[in-house]
Order: sequence, then structure tokens, then C-alpha cells
Amino acid sequence: MLRYTEDHEWLKQDGDEIVVGITAHASEQLGDVVFIELPEVGREVEQGEEIVVIESVKAASDITAPIAGVITAVNEALPDSPGAVNEDPMAAWFFRIKASSVDLSGFMDEAAYNALIG
Amino acid sequence: MAEFRRTKLYDLHVARGAKMVPFAGWDMPVQYPMGVLNEHLHTRAHAGLFDVSHMGQVILRGPDVAEALETLVSADILGLAQGRQRYGLFTNAEGGILDDLMIANKGDHLFLVVNAACAEQDIAHLRQLERAGISVEPVTDRGLLALQGPEAEAVLARLVPGAPAMKFMDVAEFDWQGATLWVSRSGYTGEDGFEISIPEAQVVAFAEALLVQPEVAPIGLGARDSLRLEAGMPLYGHDMDASTHPGEAGLGWSIPKARRMGGVRAGGFPGAEVILPELAEGSARSRLGLRPEGRAPIREGVAIFDAPEGGAALGTVCSGGFGPSVGGPVAMAILPAGLTPGATVWAELRGKRLPVTITPLPFHQPSYRR
Repeated sequence: MLRYTEDHEWLKQDGDEIVVGITAHASEQLGDVVFIELPEVGREVEQGEEIVVIESVKAASDITAPIAGVITAVNEALPDSPGAVNEDPMAAWFFRIKASSVDLSGFMDEAAYNALIG
Repeated sequence: MAEFRRTKLYDLHVARGAKMVPFAGWDMPVQYPMGVLNEHLHTRAHAGLFDVSHMGQVILRGPDVAEALETLVSADILGLAQGRQRYGLFTNAEGGILDDLMIANKGDHLFLVVNAACAEQDIAHLRQLERAGISVEPVTDRGLLALQGPEAEAVLARLVPGAPAMKFMDVAEFDWQGATLWVSRSGYTGEDGFEISIPEAQVVAFAEALLVQPEVAPIGLGARDSLRLEAGMPLYGHDMDASTHPGEAGLGWSIPKARRMGGVRAGGFPGAEVILPELAEGSARSRLGLRPEGRAPIREGVAIFDAPEGGAALGTVCSGGFGPSVGGPVAMAILPAGLTPGATVWAELRGKRLPVTITPLPFHQPSYRR
């Protein structure tokens, strides 16, 4: 089941890892994405730490780590084709993060997220 | 809550899915569903229609009006032929720039177009000329459209058959369905195109008549900004302001020989004592183009250094972003004049210094019909 953050990230649990991307709503708000900087694999991150830089034609913004953990993988194709975030935001994942225990129940489900973006 | 003014095209923008944002006191379209990137590329390839009705339009009338305006602007107004337009600057006593503007000679009067954010201040400034018998008439009942791009001429010719005869910076009046259009062959995108002032009663119908042409798409302020940035054009409040001298802003070209030291009408405008010696000697700083290596855009406010670590701060980016036609990041900054194209400087972005190459302006060659 997909979960969502207030920062418009989607989270998908895969064992003890979660896969993180941004929602279609966020992609629409950002406009054409032209630059993405991903974190290093192996980096230990705190919850709420800004770990991805995403720039659209209009502005720069950040993506934060939804939980504390270690970055286990990044989507290497993204920096070369940042437009993929606009074309298919659900397929354009940014990074995978691993934690000793993963509990996403505190994050919004789809109904709650849809209510947030109205 | 602040109240934002709406142009006559507000409903048209909303109906076409525009995202509206506050801009200089107005509620303006920043982009349409096509998106900034495609709006930019569409304008470079075809024709884009911009609502610039928020800009200030002013008529100056009276005996010796050209002479009078020369006391406030550094351009050559006496030498401006009827049916021609020129770019100029309002300056202050310290040599700074109060606003940039377009000035057209329409025979029995001058027609000025000024920036939206400065319009009120500009009109108050112009009212000094009333003492010299000049009437200052803000135009409050006309909209302003810009049709820009290589297909603008063919499109406008269908509605206004006389338009193609105009050359770059010509101004003329035409009739369209009973409305008198004030047309200039100019714009702020680096493309061929026209700016058209039209009575508010007909502005929606005229815009719709242009938008049904297959070449034309409505374009928002987002792409207007990326287009002018690629064209190396400065924007008031970003690349120039009251503390920037014309030479520093790279706008010395707009001050002609006649008004420089040794010219037939040298000086006579505010701040000339500061501006003219600086132009004669060369200013210490100048607006330069920057091409960052890699894909990360460097935007307004990013600091520029002369070394990858430590070193001296040279200035800050005044306009920067992604250039869709260039296919990469582009920026402008006012930097020490000794830097020449090809030199490397460093931009401090998120705590890291990235190499940036000084590049001649513009980034994208304009295609005006001269």
C-alpha cells in the first residue's frame, strides 16, 4: 500500500526498505523538472534531512528523508533524464532507504493525501 | 489580504487553464497547461501571445516634448524620427536606474511603455515635466499584447495587413474592426514580434482572433522570463535597480554619442555627472553571461567567487535559470569588468563551488527583422 508525506512524497514499502518518489500533484506543481541531485548510496540520513535537490524551470526544491536510515540505492537514470519525473512520477523513484524497522502507518493513505491536496 | 488587479484578459487566462500568480500588484498568468518549457520552445519556433496589459502606458504631449523628456531619460529623443521607437532609462541623481522604458515618437505626442512595478513612480516622476508645459496622460483604457516568434509576422498579417511592412522598432497605427491598434515591431523575447496596444473593449476579441490562428499559443510570465534571459535582456529589479549605473548593467549602448561627454547635448539628465565619466573610462563592473558546467541551474542571489575555495566574492547572480533553447543552465551577474569570455569563476550553490564559464551575451541569437 502506498503512503504519502505532507511534502508530497510517495512511499512504497519493500521488505525492510522503502522506495521514495514524488506525487503527480508535486510534479505538476513543480513544472518541468530540469535537474536532479541524488544522495550517495550508503549515506546515513536523519528523518527530515534534505537529501535530494530537484529543480524545475521555475524553482529549486528539496526532497527530505521520510524516515531515518541508510540510502541503499538511487535511480541513476534520473539525473540524465529529469523530465521522467513529469512524464511518470510513480515510475520515477528517487532513492531506497533501509531502516531497522519500517512502520509507515503514521503516514497518510491515499484518501488522506487526496484530502490534503484537495 | 492584498487585492491584485486583473487585466481584461483574466477570464480568458483562467478559461485556458493558466496558473495565476501575483506579479507587481497584478494577478497574472505564469504558465498554461503546456508548461514553461514548451511555451518557451513554442515561442522560439512559432508564435506566442503574451498579456502585458499590466505594463504602464503613458502619453506625453506638449511643445518641445522631446527636449523635456531628455531631462529625465538618457536616450536620444530629439533624434527619434516619427514612427520610430527607442529603448531608454530613467536615472536618478546618483546615477542609478529608476526604470527602463520604451519611447515612441507618434508625431504629435510621445508614447511610453514602462514596467508594471514602476508605473506609479514613473508617472509621478514624469509629472515634473508639467512645469515645462507637458501633459502627462496615463493610458488607463487600453490593454497591451505581445505577439512574439518567427511566425508572428505571418499571423498578424492575416488580421492587420499593413504589419509586415514594419521594420524592427517601427511604430504605426492600424484599424482592426473599428479599433485603433498602436503597434510596434518589438518585444522582450529575442524573437521577431509585435507589441500591440488596443482599447480594452476589443482586447478580448483581438486576443481570441490571434489565439485561433494555428501558430499561436498563449504564453505566461514564466516563459517570458526564460526567453528574455536567453536573449541576454536585463529585467528591472533583477539585473538593474536604483543602485546600478547604466554602464554596470551593460546598458551603456542605450546612451548615444549625442548625450555623452563631448556630444552635442551631453548630459542634462539626472546622474549624468556620475554616469558619463564612467562610460568614458569604462565601468568597474559589468553585466556578464554565465554558463555553469553541468546541469544545475544557478539562480538569482547565488554568490560568485574567483576561486574554487576561499578567494574573493565577485558578485551575485542577478538572473539565472534553465534555458530551454540553450538546453542547459544560463545566468547573468554584474561582475568586475576585467573578466572576459572564457574565464572561469565559481558559483557557490548549496555550500559547494561549481565552475562557471563567462560567456558572451546573448545566449540565444535574436532574429529581428531589420
